Amino acid sequence: MSKIFPKSANALPLQIVIFLTVLGGVAAAGITYYATPAYLRVGYQPVQPVPFEHSLHAGQLGIDCRYCHASVEKSATSSVPAAQTCMNCHSIIKTQSPLLEVVRQSYATGQPVPWVKIHAVPDYVYFNHSVHVNRGVSCVECHGKVNEMTAVYHAKPHSMSWCLDCHRDPAARIREPGDVYNLDSQTLAEQGKLAKAQGYIHDWNVKPPTSCSGCHR
Amino acid sequence: MRYAYYTLAFVVVLLISVMGFRGMKATQPPIEVFPDMDHQAKYKPQAESKFFADARADRPMPAGTVPYGRGTGVEPGRDFHDPAFLRADDFRYAGKAADGSFARGFPVPVTKELLQRGQGRYAIYCAPCHGALGDGNGITKPYGMLAAATYHDDRLRGMAEGEIFNTITNGKNTMLSYADKLSPDDRWAVVAYVRALQRARHATIADVPADQRGGLK
Repeated sequence: MSKIFPKSANALPLQIVIFLTVLGGVAAAGITYYATPAYLRVGYQPVQPVPFEHSLHAGQLGIDCRYCHASVEKSATSSVPAAQTCMNCHSIIKTQSPLLEVVRQSYATGQPVPWVKIHAVPDYVYFNHSVHVNRGVSCVECHGKVNEMTAVYHAKPHSMSWCLDCHRDPAARIREPGDVYNLDSQTLAEQGKLAKAQGYIHDWNVKPPTSCSGCHR
Repeated sequence: MRYAYYTLAFVVVLLISVMGFRGMKATQPPIEVFPDMDHQAKYKPQAESKFFADARADRPMPAGTVPYGRGTGVEPGRDFHDPAFLRADDFRYAGKAADGSFARGFPVPVTKELLQRGQGRYAIYCAPCHGALGDGNGITKPYGMLAAATYHDDRLRGMAEGEIFNTITNGKNTMLSYADKLSPDDRWAVVAYVRALQRARHATIADVPADQRGGLK
């Protein structure tokens, strides 16, 4: 009987197994790297109807976050300001700017400015802003240095494991209450005051939930 | 077999060139890998509605709505003589005396806590235009906000507390209402702090306790 396969074919099954292993490794690496909010969400920078510059208003002018996001301390939602908030200043400053035409229209008619939401959690996630900012968790922890962003982008992954990193070790991430809205401040741990942070965690009775129902209902 | 590895390497290079790296800016909304129940048929705060003509899910108050106040009204231990109920207390909620003129004095006790609250609120909502010292030199002045009043002229020093409260509530001239940002009690805290700023500007050495005068020299 003549030979159908050359002798080198004896090594082929092993080579195929090795190749499939490499292929599986590459696929796993690709999924790990790409199929996560760290890739999918971070960097989302939609074009807004008004090119509002946080770097000018919050950074250069130093206007407090709460001037516009007024409900953040007492509500689950950090409100997007109504056009009237813009008009507090812009009824006097840059009254003819074409960039503000949308705001002036909104103020005159009551039709909302169609801002594009960037930091959106799924509808089964119940995040409460007030409990976080009133317990030393700064805006910058979840939103990044908005005071340096010309146009706001999604800076942190907002994945569930990312939430839990802090929920499992809150002392490492909290600030002095007076530093919460100062996006250039350091956490107590970064200042080398971890013991003080742990004292706050105890005094404020901070017990971040790590069970499902803490955030999902 | 070699060609299989070449092909794999080519696919990896192709994938990276198309997908890029984590954190790259993108204007398109994030891809949702498993969008299970991420978008539910419910309204969240400040959401868009396809039902109402102005597209707002948050409905404005119908005409003739009576302010109810928060955490007041029909609760155990409270009765209808509670001045907070329906905001019936004109002094506290409108700054008006019984005869309809602007009231003098405060409807809430002026404590250290109230002044500190007022200081914090003032820094957020008032200081951008009126300045940290209340002299009308806020950060917005170089940008064209020339109309912000100083608190230190005789007109404002002699103004009734109720009228300052009314100005915060309803606005005056080019200043718009801050009622959406400051609750009535917060407004009284700000009024108290404005009075403190006025006293501090016109203070003399006689106002300093005798034992602390040495520190000023």
